[in-house]
Amino acid sequence: MPDQISPELFNHLVELAALELTAEEAEYLRDQLNKQLKSIEELAAIPIPEGTPPAAHGVPFPPDVRAPLRKDAAALAPEAAGIKTGAPQTSEDYFVVPGIPHEELD
Amino acid sequence: MSTHLADLSAHQLAELIRKKEVSAVEATEAALERIRAVDGEPGRLDGPRDEVEKVHAFITVSEEQARAQAQAVDARLAKGEVPGPLAGVPYTVKDIFAVKDVLSTAASRILSNFVAPYTATPVARMNAAGAVMLGKVNLDEFTYGSSNESSAYQPAPRNPWDPTRVPGGSSGGSAAAVAAGEGALSLGTDTAGSIRQPAAFCGVVGMKPTYGRVSRYGLIAFGSSLDCPGPVARTVRDAAMMLNVIAGPDAHDSTAAATPVPDYTAGLEEGVKGMRIGLSPDYDKITFFNHETGEMESQPLPKEIADAVLRAADKLSDAGARIVEGVPMAHTRYGIPAYFVISRVEAASNLHRFDGVKYGHRTALKPKDLRDLYRKTRAEGFGPQPKLRILMGMYVSAAQYSEQYYRRALQVRSLIRGDFDAAFDGDGAHKLDALLTATTPTPAFPVGDVYGDSVLMQYADQLTVPANHAGVPAISLPAGLDSARLPIGVQLIGPDFSETTLLRAARAFEAATEHEAWRAERPAVLAGV
Repeated sequence: MPDQISPELFNHLVELAALELTAEEAEYLRDQLNKQLKSIEELAAIPIPEGTPPAAHGVPFPPDVRAPLRKDAAALAPEAAGIKTGAPQTSEDYFVVPGIPHEELD
Repeated sequence: MSTHLADLSAHQLAELIRKKEVSAVEATEAALERIRAVDGEPGRLDGPRDEVEKVHAFITVSEEQARAQAQAVDARLAKGEVPGPLAGVPYTVKDIFAVKDVLSTAASRILSNFVAPYTATPVARMNAAGAVMLGKVNLDEFTYGSSNESSAYQPAPRNPWDPTRVPGGSSGGSAAAVAAGEGALSLGTDTAGSIRQPAAFCGVVGMKPTYGRVSRYGLIAFGSSLDCPGPVARTVRDAAMMLNVIAGPDAHDSTAAATPVPDYTAGLEEGVKGMRIGLSPDYDKITFFNHETGEMESQPLPKEIADAVLRAADKLSDAGARIVEGVPMAHTRYGIPAYFVISRVEAASNLHRFDGVKYGHRTALKPKDLRDLYRKTRAEGFGPQPKLRILMGMYVSAAQYSEQYYRRALQVRSLIRGDFDAAFDGDGAHKLDALLTATTPTPAFPVGDVYGDSVLMQYADQLTVPANHAGVPAISLPAGLDSARLPIGVQLIGPDFSETTLLRAARAFEAATEHEAWRAERPAVLAGV
């Protein structure tokens, strides 16, 4: 079976994933992806009875199990100051990042 | 005296502390002394990978905070206050939980400088119950693995029974610490077997509760529809005591079940008389993709492991349970392929938040724009396993492949759930209270044997992952040692919210085997301690 993920498709995924890889990393990861996909192919062979629903999670959440919705009330996060101290770069109440890629419109 | 204290169960320690025969500070000092004796250097970025003598369970030992917590417990006791049920019991936390003012790394370079601004609910509940947090223990990076070798923090944990072998994963630091007496309890997480598999490898008790039984608030997310926090302990009673504390609804997690929490320790000694416990031929083998032949291949479990399951069935039968053989669990073998899809989609989604902007690692290189910042930060910050999971998750959820992979995997999850529903159906053919299986297809494997082959590594979870797909609770129990003196674990799986029954059956097995010779054996790292 040929590799499902060609180098071109792989590079596209890497771009979408906002990653950058060395040649060695790329080779290892693409090989592993193709091996995993061969294992995943087994799914195609499973007879799935008509009407089998996709399950977003295993445990059903009937009303008596489900947590009740809490009141939709806005509140300030008490940890705001602590959250900012973890940021790599801030200015007053803002996170600072390099320029956002954009095109100048006429 | 102090080393002896480190080996007491949480239940025994809590009782001695409540009676003021031992202070919380003494219990904490004993655990810290054990850590100094057996743990060696904690994992660190770019640390050595070839250490094979010590346990290396920890990333962060929070000695001062632990002492302060213990002193506070003793002060409350001195004032005659009623302390919490785990007052003074030392425990560790898998470093995938946020703990306020403590480094919370997920064993990843990308969070290597992240000091959490808040505390995860299960940790907060342990602390409120008086338990004393000794520190944060190592894991596979972001929990992605079954051996702990993928941690960015090296040396990674080793198996206390044989430090040339892995402790399992991803809660490997948790299981290794508990096995070596570095804390009586540990808080782990289980997404495909990450509590049960290392518990089996290290000869301790590990429970994955029902999905939603324990809040995920403050857990750094992997597979949000699969992740379950749960206890790692040396005894079944300790696991029950810990579950009592951490389970329950939480306003911070809408998937935390509103179902009331019973006292899991009540009825623990009532035995298994009348219980129906099943054995399934579909758990007697593992099925995996052989890259050399290009075919799916089935192999029976190794004899020593298969025999341990049968011995456990005999013990439970002698204790009064009815053993029901031949229970079909036809979709067990599809657990891993379905997991390869579902967990990767969820992981990719969860990992997009790590971008070098709000917290965590940011590249020191000069990025030319924001996208370049993301790319360079993520390239430096993530190890191979997170990168692999992001890429796979993006591929199988892409619009053109989603029907073929993601939707199909979610349907397969319904079929796996259906196997359990049928087995536990009170009006069905088998009417099981629990299913008894091996926890793992092998005992702990040598460091370096499997790491690097992400497919083979994933198949270590073949017997544990179906319970995650189905959301049902499961517990792994020590069931003996193999001929190489490595622990073997057996697993009991039950219907939703049947933790009380599972713990009772687990305790019955523990009681029935407590005088067996292997119970007296100790991990190799404790020789001379």
